[in-house]
Amino acid sequence: MEKTKKALAEDGVMTVLFYAVAGFSLLLLAAFLIYVIAKGFSGMTPAMMTFTRNGILNQLFNTAYLVFLSLLISTPFGILAGIYLAEYAKKGKITEIINICIETLSSLPSIVVGLFGYIVFILLTHSRFNLMAGALAVSVLSMPIIITTTTGALSALPSYYALGSLALGATQWQTIHKILIPASTPRIITGVILAAGRGFGEAAALLFTAGMSTNLNWGNWNLASSTCPLNPFRSGETLSLLIWSSFSEATAADAKQIANLASAVLVILVLLFNLVARFISGRLDKKFYGGKHG
Amino acid sequence: MSEKERMDGMALEVRNFNLYYGELHALKDVNIAFHRHMITALIGPSGCGKSSLLKCLNRMNDLVPGARVEGKIIFEGKNLYKDMDAISVRRRIGMVFQQPNPFPKSIYDNVAFGPRLLGEKNGQALDEIVERSLRQADIWDELKDRLRKSAMELSGGQQQRLCIARTLAVEPEVILMDEPTSALDPIATQKIENLVVALKKRFTIIIVTHNMQQAARISEKVGFFMLGDLVEFDETRSFFMHPKDKRSEDYITGRFG
Repeated sequence: MEKTKKALAEDGVMTVLFYAVAGFSLLLLAAFLIYVIAKGFSGMTPAMMTFTRNGILNQLFNTAYLVFLSLLISTPFGILAGIYLAEYAKKGKITEIINICIETLSSLPSIVVGLFGYIVFILLTHSRFNLMAGALAVSVLSMPIIITTTTGALSALPSYYALGSLALGATQWQTIHKILIPASTPRIITGVILAAGRGFGEAAALLFTAGMSTNLNWGNWNLASSTCPLNPFRSGETLSLLIWSSFSEATAADAKQIANLASAVLVILVLLFNLVARFISGRLDKKFYGGKHG
Repeated sequence: MSEKERMDGMALEVRNFNLYYGELHALKDVNIAFHRHMITALIGPSGCGKSSLLKCLNRMNDLVPGARVEGKIIFEGKNLYKDMDAISVRRRIGMVFQQPNPFPKSIYDNVAFGPRLLGEKNGQALDEIVERSLRQADIWDELKDRLRKSAMELSGGQQQRLCIARTLAVEPEVILMDEPTSALDPIATQKIENLVVALKKRFTIIIVTHNMQQAARISEKVGFFMLGDLVEFDETRSFFMHPKDKRSEDYITGRFG
């Protein structure tokens, strides 16, 4: 009797504790969001919301474009590598070494990746700072995330999906791309969201790769021109770099306000991206699993 | 030999068959033949080799690391292991698993999966195959209005009948069933048993079961395995009424297993 009472009391205390921790994190996040967004928009002037040297919309575009370019590289390579590790790699020394490399890659300091990118993507190719070099540098950081989530998602599938497919005469590759990949798409999307998060927030890796100057002409659609917004081989400052430079280097009178606004806009961009990706992932989950899945 | 056996002949013949998992000798010199359009049950205690033999019959055992076979399995005059590749074997000899395993796709896409593998792209042809297969699996009326819904929403029994329909869709010669009702409740089990009996008109069925009543209810022949040996293979009725081997008798009367 005594023991049961004690166990029940303990149970109650732990439940309260977990709710308290969850509530506290939620509160912290809400306070942070409200503060950043309110502070950002309170100092906003109309000139800041323009595609000009004094506005931040060019940087907003650069951020979205850079993330798009980096996902274009890291998503296919990351998913393929993840498939290899989950479905093809034999357990052993080599696979273990590959896994260690991926773990190390994902924990590399981004400034180191930035310098690596500067040497490989700028110096060795004799080019100027450009968005593609930035996207490649960010891919180095984000690819491990996609690899790990893909491998995890595939390994988490029950083995009887693959058996069912093979028993119908499907080959290994047919089984992977017709059954296993669709079945793990909702989870792989989560990995892509995390990878995109790295791109949105990254500053150090872009300093010496994507560069810090932005000079766009929104009437120029000649892809080879350095002022064409869609040219991936032009330099381009992202929002996070703008925040950093406005705070540390800028001489303009309203530099702090620009940094605040850029922070608010960046946070909203990340939020929107997350919500949209989660919506898609949820729809796929409902379609494949009928909502009976985690 | 009965009239029926002479008419229909053998669907599969296993000759001097040995299976090894590394050092373990899992099947020992097994000889057994499966009659066309009959239900043959394979029974025996856990680890006796009945499921291993089943998995060899459509070469799913190739997927087990370290598995090695000796001897022959003859299917339509060919040696399954020498003269055919595993993919074509599995298209002709289907399998239903212990755990209902629909794919996380719509009901329709589950049934159409096999035909699509074989290259069927025509929507109308696929519609017809899906309807025919679901009807054969006696689940069309329950599912016809929700073909686009996820198969994961179905009950366990419905999922298992869907998996049977999925196997029927590629029109195999033989259907292997590995304890297909052991994860199901009694009502769902009965539906599957009725279905299996109905299916033998068109297919040869080999079913592994740990449930002796089930073997007695639905099968015409029984193979009893122990420790990798095929101890006895006989007509179901005479196997249960007059077992010839002491080990069979002990097993039937519940002295072990």
